[in-house]
Amino acid sequence: MTREEVETGMDEMEIDGGEQREGNAVPEGFNANYLKVYYGKLFPHADMFKWMSYGNDGKHPGCDQSYFVRREFSFTLGNDIYLRFLSFNSASELENSIKEKCPVKIDIGPVYSVDPAKRRAYAQTGDNVFTPVERELIFDIDMTDYDDVRYCCSGADVCLDCWPLMTIAIKVLDTALRDDFGFNHILWAYSGRRGVHCWVCDEKARRLTNEQRAAIADYFRVYKVGNENSHKKVSLTGLALHPFLARSYTEVLRNFFETKLLSSQNLFSSEERYEKILDMIPDESVTSELRGKWQENRRSSISKDDINVARWEQLKHLLQSGKHKGQGLRRCIEEIVFSYTYPRLDMEVSKHMNHLLKAPFCVHPKTGRVCVPIDPNQCEDFDPTTVPTLSKLLEELNMGGVKADADNDWDRTSLGKSVRIFRSTFLQPLLKSCKEEIESAYSSKLQQSKNSISW
Amino acid sequence: MEAVRSQRKSLANDVVSTLPLYRSAPALEVRLEDFELFAMDRLRVLKGISDGLSRGKKPKEMDNLVRDLWKANMMHPQASEVVNKDIISHFVLRLVYCRTALMAEFGLSYKAVSNSEFESIKDKLGQVAKSISQPLPTADVIFYKVPFEEVPELVAGRRVFIHKGNAYIAANQVVSLVATQFRSHLSKALSLTNRKWTSTLREQEKDRLAPIVEALSTSYLGPDYSQPKGFSEISVKDIDELAKSSFPLCMRHLFEKLREDHHLKHGGRMQLGLFLKMHVAMNLFDTFVLDTLSETGSLGINSHGTVWGVGLNLDDALLFWKAEFSQKVGAERFDKEYAYSIRHNYGREGKRTDYTPYSCQKIISSTPGVGDHHGCPYRHFSEENLRAALSKMGVNSRGMEDVMDKVQNRHYQLACTLTFEAVHGSSCDSGINHPNQYFSDSQKILQSKNHSTV
Repeated sequence: MTREEVETGMDEMEIDGGEQREGNAVPEGFNANYLKVYYGKLFPHADMFKWMSYGNDGKHPGCDQSYFVRREFSFTLGNDIYLRFLSFNSASELENSIKEKCPVKIDIGPVYSVDPAKRRAYAQTGDNVFTPVERELIFDIDMTDYDDVRYCCSGADVCLDCWPLMTIAIKVLDTALRDDFGFNHILWAYSGRRGVHCWVCDEKARRLTNEQRAAIADYFRVYKVGNENSHKKVSLTGLALHPFLARSYTEVLRNFFETKLLSSQNLFSSEERYEKILDMIPDESVTSELRGKWQENRRSSISKDDINVARWEQLKHLLQSGKHKGQGLRRCIEEIVFSYTYPRLDMEVSKHMNHLLKAPFCVHPKTGRVCVPIDPNQCEDFDPTTVPTLSKLLEELNMGGVKADADNDWDRTSLGKSVRIFRSTFLQPLLKSCKEEIESAYSSKLQQSKNSISW
Repeated sequence: MEAVRSQRKSLANDVVSTLPLYRSAPALEVRLEDFELFAMDRLRVLKGISDGLSRGKKPKEMDNLVRDLWKANMMHPQASEVVNKDIISHFVLRLVYCRTALMAEFGLSYKAVSNSEFESIKDKLGQVAKSISQPLPTADVIFYKVPFEEVPELVAGRRVFIHKGNAYIAANQVVSLVATQFRSHLSKALSLTNRKWTSTLREQEKDRLAPIVEALSTSYLGPDYSQPKGFSEISVKDIDELAKSSFPLCMRHLFEKLREDHHLKHGGRMQLGLFLKMHVAMNLFDTFVLDTLSETGSLGINSHGTVWGVGLNLDDALLFWKAEFSQKVGAERFDKEYAYSIRHNYGREGKRTDYTPYSCQKIISSTPGVGDHHGCPYRHFSEENLRAALSKMGVNSRGMEDVMDKVQNRHYQLACTLTFEAVHGSSCDSGINHPNQYFSDSQKILQSKNHSTV
């Protein structure tokens, strides 16, 4: 649909985060020439085409030859020129266009009922036939939304102290998408600066209606009132947690909170910080007791233990002790952990079929980093500060000497690992099941028509 | 279904089933007069139900209300006629409203969960029941296993256990399934009807049904706040005063935040921008722009006060937003990154739709995130913040408890209505359905008070 939506995406990303323009990571001369080499030698055009075809590029009679051409791509060129509703007939058309136009950003939109490049011709007929029919279920998680719970950096910056928040998001969502919703083909990608993108690509996911997408997004939402207008960021009601929340809590959130974020973010180290946490406890007697202890503690400060861990234990102990067994206070511990760890989604991105999302393997124009895929099973090892940059890749390419076998160019650089992850954890299993689906859909259709003939 | 003029056969023999799901249009002949009359009667019933809901009537009161409305509008001395009228009016309205409906998927399959499967997931089902404060499931409660896609409401509220793509719904949740099915069937049928209507029927029925259908779609269900109206009597001074006296809380909050932060995120810009665009007339804006600009000392405009119009035009909207935003992001970035979306709101960019102000329903169902200020305060604020905001608006402690009571029962529009009544000291019988209605009703009351005191 609209260009506005894309702009919104850019808008939230670039403005609301108190963005920093200097960008010291940007290699000197991130320019069209570097990008040209990248698109010419390294960008995995064929893999992208294979993915976006979902098996329909095969020879099987069940393949929908019009599938790929109905997919919307959009290019952002230098000097802010923005091309919407591009479509391509074939792998080579896509590749040639990318190489020729050298976009600083490639966005992927939905598959429409008709070729999006010809939408105006269809619009003449008066029927609203130009409508999105398929779209991956997508999630966009941006570190700026966590600014009130991270003290290491803010806005556009990320570091290894706050990145675990993204690791948590990947773990929680990935497990739920697979175990609860039954999806299998999920691609996680680094957004190039301070967040992650998720693409759920099962056929079932691609065909979800907007209402169903919104339902899934809401299933993941615990920040019922997620802004400063509301007192509590997370409000967990009811006598028990929903199984999904309970599992997320015991398997991921609690552990990350206690072993990582508590100390790395120094959540209890100053009065300002622990007051924010005490604010979430609705019992005056508890908070004043803790406050008393901690103010003394600060003066003496002889404890060898990490002060954050010690204070957290005191808080837990007091809330769980006999005199405060009230259900409301019990839930406090969970609410605090959820507030500081639970994934924060950009809901609007997930709710609508026609939202565009940046393609993996793009280069982020501000950081120069490639939007590489992340293996969800190894997401704890992912380090955003070592993601290959455009300049590093070109350097590696130069060092490897000029070889003619273009197929393996990326293999001579650190991008090779990313392409292998993309193929082995995502693309190959996806294409296998696409093939099976196409074949079985075709044979059952054949069977049906046979039956109707014999009748 | 065919429309015929005046004479018709008796329908007495064509009795249709008494619990219609409106699967297909009946093969009945309908008099042209009835075509319109029946539809009007049905609309009266629907409007009555909608009003009742927004007034926060309890289920029992609703039952009575629906019975009365039905009796008053849909009864007919002949029993068979009642059924026919029901079905005919349904299908006429389908034709009337098909142009605004959306597509939806379709499909349904129920499978009762076997005993052994129940045992294996009993704990999880119990956990879900506890999480939504329902009694624990026992072996004699039947659970159905359905694809999660078919019960979006239950999924969204985490009111079901979901495993490997299947939702396990309790027997008492089946109504959600049926409602989803009916809704999705209806929206599919609406879109089919729409295609047929625009491609052939409208032309064929140009002189007969088309005028009736077009008129029905715009004629009833209360005033239409998507149409611009001017309020030329608004005082040229005192813009902040006006925000205080006549903006509903949701808009007042956005307005204050904009003044404070010189910035609003996308959702807030849309909600406030569209609200202001239509109704708070030009003159009001001039003042605001003047005000803001003189505050920043960046511009000196004074001749604008003479321009009176029916809405904030595009140029003034750009000026208005720029005046605030440029304090935060600078004029250049405003031009580059925000101006587009304002032009877009005015239908000058993108798909060129002239966007209409958001209704309460849309605002209530929005999902503000971190740093957002849009949404419905009655729904999205914490109790503490809501109380503070209400007392700032001048709601007294008795009124406050009434409002909070409605909030607790999730009657947000009713809470807003009560706030309106408390602030204005006069009743609001129609209930608040739209922020622009709040504004115009408020202005009416304030102006009549002014006249009476002068």
